[in-house]
Amino acid sequence: MVANNPIIYYINKTGVHTIVTKNCQEIPDISHLREIARQVRLDIIEMLFKAGSGHTGGSLSATDILVALFFAQMRLNPQDPCWPQRDRFVLSKGHAAPALYAVLSRLGYFPREELFTLRQFGSSLQGHPDSSCTPGVEVSTGSLGQGLSIANGMALASRLNGGGTRVYALLGDGEVQEGQIWEAAMTAAHYRLDNLVAVLDRNRLQIDGRTAEVMSLEPLAQKWEAFGWHTLEVDGHAFPELLAGLQETHGVKGRPSMIIAHTVKGKGVSIFENQVKYHGVTPSKEEYEQALKELHAA
Amino acid sequence: MAAQESTRVEYGKALLQLGKENPDIVALDADLSGSTQTKHFAKAFPQRFFNLGVAEQDMLGTAAGLALGGKIPFASTFAMFATGRAWEQIRQSIAYTKLNVKIVASHGGVSVGEDGGSHQAVEDLALMRILPNMVVLVPADGPETRAMVRWAVEYQGPVYIRTGRMPFPVIYDEDHRFELGRGYILREGEDVTLAGVGLMVHHCLEAAHLLAQEGVSARVLNLSCLKPLDWQLVVDSARLTGAFVTAEEHLATGGLGSAVSEVLAEHCPVPLQRIGLRDIFGTSGKAEILLKHYGLMPDDIKGAAIKALARKNGR
Repeated sequence: MVANNPIIYYINKTGVHTIVTKNCQEIPDISHLREIARQVRLDIIEMLFKAGSGHTGGSLSATDILVALFFAQMRLNPQDPCWPQRDRFVLSKGHAAPALYAVLSRLGYFPREELFTLRQFGSSLQGHPDSSCTPGVEVSTGSLGQGLSIANGMALASRLNGGGTRVYALLGDGEVQEGQIWEAAMTAAHYRLDNLVAVLDRNRLQIDGRTAEVMSLEPLAQKWEAFGWHTLEVDGHAFPELLAGLQETHGVKGRPSMIIAHTVKGKGVSIFENQVKYHGVTPSKEEYEQALKELHAA
Repeated sequence: MAAQESTRVEYGKALLQLGKENPDIVALDADLSGSTQTKHFAKAFPQRFFNLGVAEQDMLGTAAGLALGGKIPFASTFAMFATGRAWEQIRQSIAYTKLNVKIVASHGGVSVGEDGGSHQAVEDLALMRILPNMVVLVPADGPETRAMVRWAVEYQGPVYIRTGRMPFPVIYDEDHRFELGRGYILREGEDVTLAGVGLMVHHCLEAAHLLAQEGVSARVLNLSCLKPLDWQLVVDSARLTGAFVTAEEHLATGGLGSAVSEVLAEHCPVPLQRIGLRDIFGTSGKAEILLKHYGLMPDDIKGAAIKALARKNGR
């Protein structure tokens, strides 16, 4: 269980930032998280449609994971993005940037209007996360396979610094085909980084097709287990499972945790769900209108 | 004969000393801590030393994370593996956001010797020089190595320092201080400029001595700060002498020769001869034999100087 009382910031039903501590038992309710996720998905669709380029499928598959992390798990202070005690997040699958940006703006890291400058010249929202221009983005990513090593380094620094900062990394499933991921997997276990939690967005699709066809990953959970990680599998769209999984990692000592979150690429918009095509394709006008209709009705 | 010091050995000593002074310094290695000399730091500060095993890409990424966590990481391995194997990690995870990572790589150049071409970095300076935000340094002796490492601790941003395996004579005083973007005149002369980095600085000095015996007066520069280059010194020297030679234990393309060519072409075109490997990899052999084989000896530099002089004089 949690040794201290982590502060959680989230937006309550009236849209106001609220501080909750674990011992108050005021954990955000699930319907509230679902509502945030619905709004984040609306923002993602809006951003991608306006940008005209970007990654639709992987942003929507990662949305619930990001909402669970940022609204119900991590210690954050959006008013002070560099607050030293904050937990750290690495979006190793950097192409899901729209989802991260939508979450950050909803937390108040920057105004929501900025979302709709995504990928434009001079925008603070680069095509892939850039820590030098976006408040709340800890690490610049985009070239796959590099985020877990960086997260390891942050977790080592946190250990040296004391203070109990935890580090979270979100990986894509296609991404773990990169060899560096497995170097980093060994490192995290070797250095017993129990302040590190990786979540794997297991949506089973990558640009060229199904992961099983492009490059087999299974048995994935056994691989992480064999590499020395505390490994669990959850439904990446079910908040009770995501939150329980994240909570479980607090009790793990002496090794890093891997949460394999089973997801649906394009989740939330029927025409995008499980469609390889929408990895890196944005909605057309008709698709955009249908997506908004579906998400408004959800 | 002057005292001999190897730049990698002096790096190991400097890192240990700085580790005592600054608790934020951490060191990383990829299973070569004996060769790179991070072993001394590792022994003194086991909690602040991270061996990543034979995994250079992971090492540079981990270093980036440590820098983000407020530490001052020094990551070391052979120059070939740091800059070649992990180039994209250095680009994306470190240089792209100007993270405070210091890469001190040993075994630059063919003087590595017997291990052969696979282990002799002859393109590392090109690979690092091309990266925005990266500072590229090649110390020419022990005091300069120590000064550079000390400076790198204070500087906020990525730094690449190439150290060598062979011991070189000592040039600088013990209290030498490094200044970013400054080159040094080691010998005054008016007929031709000889500019080198690392071991080749010493060969330039010897070449200048040989040229003097034939009545040619050579100015010798140590351009140890390869990036940012002291372009003003390069231009001033070109204007003064009207002929230029660069010498490096590296491909003649992409490193010092290219850097000087770029400056001269834009600001002061004078005849330039480049000493370096000509589109070829290294090979196994004793360092002294390899340096001769690849035309990196003082005699070769002297020959290049005479060619540059002949061009200057229109012959």
